[in-house]
Amino acid sequence: MGHERSLTQVKYNKEGDLILSVAKDSSASIWYSSNGERLGTLEGHMGTIWSIDVDSDSILCATGSADVSAKLWKVSTGECVFTYQMKSPIRRVAFSPNNKNLLAVTDKVMGQPGSILVFDINYEGDFTNQNAEPSLVINTREDATKVTVAGWSANGEYIIAGHDDGYISKYDGKTGEFIQTVQAHGIHNEEKVVSVTDIQFAPEDKSYFITSSKDKCSTLIDVETFDVMKVYKADAPMNTAAITPIKNFVILGGGQEARNVTTTAESQGKFEARFYHKIFVDEIGRVKGHFGPLNTIAVHPDGTGYASGGEDGFIRVHNFDKSYFDFEYDAERTERAIASGAT
Amino acid sequence: MSYSELEQEIRLDDIDFSDLEAQYSVSADFGLDNYIVVDGAPVTTENKVPVLTKVLKKLLSTAGELADGEDGFHMPVEDGETKGFLFAQYKEPESARRAIKQLNGKQLDKKHRLLVNALTDVEKYGLEGNIPESFVEPEIPPFKEHGYLKDWLQDEQGRDQALLHFSETVGIYWNKKKNDPEPVIEPRKGFTSKYAKFSPKGTYLCSIHPQGVQTWGGPEFQSMQKFIHNQVRLIDFSPNENYLVTLSPVGIQLPENPAEREHFPFKEESIDHKLVVWNLKTGEPARTFALPPHLEGQKEMPWPLVKWSFDDKYCARQGPNAIAIYETPSFQLLNKKLVEVDSIVDFEWAPSGVQLSGSKSETGDHVLSYWTPESSNQTARVALMQIPSTNILRTINLFQVSDCKMHWHDESKYLCVKVDRHTKSGKTIFSNLEFFKTTERDIPVEKLELKDVVINFAWEPRSNRFITISRLDDGNNNPSIPKNTISFYTHEETNKGKATSSKYKCFQKVEDKFSNNILWAPKGRFVVIANIGKSNGEIEFYDCSFEDDNKANNKTNNNNVKLLKSEKYGGMTNISWDPSGRFVSAWSSSWIHNIENGYKLFEFTGNLLRDDTIDQFREFIWRPRPASLLSAADRKKVRKNLREYSAQFDEADAMEADAATREAILLRRRLLEEWRSYRSKYANQASEKNEVQAEIIEEIKEEIIEEREEVIE
Repeated sequence: MGHERSLTQVKYNKEGDLILSVAKDSSASIWYSSNGERLGTLEGHMGTIWSIDVDSDSILCATGSADVSAKLWKVSTGECVFTYQMKSPIRRVAFSPNNKNLLAVTDKVMGQPGSILVFDINYEGDFTNQNAEPSLVINTREDATKVTVAGWSANGEYIIAGHDDGYISKYDGKTGEFIQTVQAHGIHNEEKVVSVTDIQFAPEDKSYFITSSKDKCSTLIDVETFDVMKVYKADAPMNTAAITPIKNFVILGGGQEARNVTTTAESQGKFEARFYHKIFVDEIGRVKGHFGPLNTIAVHPDGTGYASGGEDGFIRVHNFDKSYFDFEYDAERTERAIASGAT
Repeated sequence: MSYSELEQEIRLDDIDFSDLEAQYSVSADFGLDNYIVVDGAPVTTENKVPVLTKVLKKLLSTAGELADGEDGFHMPVEDGETKGFLFAQYKEPESARRAIKQLNGKQLDKKHRLLVNALTDVEKYGLEGNIPESFVEPEIPPFKEHGYLKDWLQDEQGRDQALLHFSETVGIYWNKKKNDPEPVIEPRKGFTSKYAKFSPKGTYLCSIHPQGVQTWGGPEFQSMQKFIHNQVRLIDFSPNENYLVTLSPVGIQLPENPAEREHFPFKEESIDHKLVVWNLKTGEPARTFALPPHLEGQKEMPWPLVKWSFDDKYCARQGPNAIAIYETPSFQLLNKKLVEVDSIVDFEWAPSGVQLSGSKSETGDHVLSYWTPESSNQTARVALMQIPSTNILRTINLFQVSDCKMHWHDESKYLCVKVDRHTKSGKTIFSNLEFFKTTERDIPVEKLELKDVVINFAWEPRSNRFITISRLDDGNNNPSIPKNTISFYTHEETNKGKATSSKYKCFQKVEDKFSNNILWAPKGRFVVIANIGKSNGEIEFYDCSFEDDNKANNKTNNNNVKLLKSEKYGGMTNISWDPSGRFVSAWSSSWIHNIENGYKLFEFTGNLLRDDTIDQFREFIWRPRPASLLSAADRKKVRKNLREYSAQFDEADAMEADAATREAILLRRRLLEEWRSYRSKYANQASEKNEVQAEIIEEIKEEIIEEREEVIE
């Protein structure tokens, strides 16, 4: 399946039967994850759509676009029920875990400061009756660079934001009050471009999250303590990272920037999805397929497969085979053996 | 200076005379060594004194010449009656000593037992004041700590220990498969003068010395107990490690020196005995025996001479025309008499309790089997005897018998008697196998008649399968022609009314082999069949329940023999399974010859793990293990989770393999532990979430079904 231009984000709905994808070609698509059939497209944006998210009941989905608007859509019909007009491009949208709020990250361009806006979502009626004004605005702090990505922690308690300079910040999800920040990227190597490219939360309880960055690294951070627990190192800028349920793996995606491919000596673009062991930090394997950098990865909520969207305009959906589930490190196997022996 | 002046100068009190006093002191016993006191003599009237005197004088004179006349023999008479005691004086003190040795406890007649003591002893112990009135607590030697005796069973990896004996050195090692064995203790030079031996459950290690046997135990193999038995040659244990049996070609002699004699473990009644049963734990002799006369002076000694019942409750010795059965711990003859069996050749105890039909005993009954050969007017016989009743449970009569061999099944459900019979001409021999089904009513006996002569037979542990090695006795004895046949048998029970009858079915035959030894794995299924002989040593590893793909749907039949591996080992003299059945060791002992001395270690599949050539290699002994304490349910669980358990051991193996891997694994273990502890604080929240998810998963299923319908349309 393909978009006309490079993918910007893919998402599974909570049940995993639908995949939502957005690309730089101004139309969002919804697909059946089982067979790749397109359920429909969401038409209406005038430019690149940077981000998409769906609520946990698969009733509404939201898109954020470079046409300085965010839109709400009815998943079942594909009709646009509301449009939020903003003053700068929307880089990221995300529903809160209880579906009652939607956050949108606006870019720091066109003289705008760049901020995180939180809207209240009204599920009554035909969904068209929405409040266009944000209930909460978190402006970028003066001592911080612009926010690139953001997401909700468990129960919407915090909003976690990733910055252009590799810092990660934590804000109160209700009041928007700044709580703390940590430098997650730009400290593990000499890379100059350290922008945070993705934040995805732990599938089990959202109590920790993974970040990816242009600095070729990815980190695992605890929400409460904000400690950087693990660092996964790759050899190319990383655009996306996801945590798998069931198995203790993380999947990283990225690769040479398309514009740099011709200027670098290496012909290999490093366009593979990379699997790391979440706990042991070892790289376990890579999955080839895309012929451009990976821009986005989403893992099926049941942990049975993943979808990746590439600069090449393709979404690739992979199902994990038996060896994936059988794979265990010696220490894990021993742990399980001891556990089963004790019962 | 004159002597008198000198005398005045010296104060006598200052001089120490003690040395002189010691030298010239007069012993109270002096001159009385020739006298003995005889007690327990008949009390009789005066007119019988001359007769009694004559009898007693004659008896006492057997120990030596008495002093002449009244000095030599004095029996006091009071009120016309003898007092029941008398005094005697020998010419030589040696005679007196001999009299005490030989005549003390002598049964004069039914009612009278003589007590012979030295007169000095009577004075020493008998007079008031010489024995303290108050009881003095005997000194208890301080407890000697030797660590936990079953320490080796607690090895985390469940490894087995093995004893390697080479040159004069004995070392105990952990088996590390391919890697060099890891010493448990520093190998000891001159550890034993002959061989070393483990007790049947592995608790004790014995070393043999000219003075006797020494046991060792605990994690450090510390010295535990000494068993003084001069020139000891052969040793054996009771199955439950309660008793030790030792045999020496030299009869027991008491030391002459009385002081030494006090510490000597044996008393007068053991003189000239060669066979000793010891209490293994206390080190005290429990009973000594003289060799039966027909075994005196024999070069090859049948061993063990004392055979034990499975629970150490009884032991038995075979004599000419009788079995002597003793009860432990008293070691008195059962029912105070021998069990007479005319011309008995051999007997065997059932190796475990026999669940006789109709018996209520929980542990099973004690049963032994024996056989007697043909004589002029009698057939050969094999009989089962129940102990302690000594009732004969079953007898079979056999004829044209040249030899019998009794093979008890390890669970004592069956006894197979291999009967070698000769044809009428007596030129060739063939075998019958007689199966006693001991647990069935009336103990039916079934016969398997073969044309071949069976040279080896072995039951599979805990199974009713067995293997025979046989050859056709056609008069051609050329040893270079391989003509042994290995036959794998199973037996199928068919119920006909009340009685069950069995069919012995040979499900696999391997012909034209040299093989002569059958070694089943301790847990069954796998078997090693080997040719231990002069030159062409060979080991073959068989799986008797091989699961190949064809058999997957035919689960009832698991009798499928597969040759896993065949290995040549020219110098091989011995083979042994480790107690767990995971490894097989084969070695070439310098006791037998000097070819390729050393050992090889195999996996049970025949995969060669180690090949060590060691000069003057003597023996490879696996340390035995006690029976498993796991219940049947536990074992089933282990089998079910085998994959998980093996994972642990795989990891351990990987860690052994090299240090870098070890580091990596340890690091991973640590990381995993940290992660788990980090996650544990979210444990409660997570469980709530899971419940919610579980509901949703069901919903998904519904949706997928709907979706499929759509596709079909």
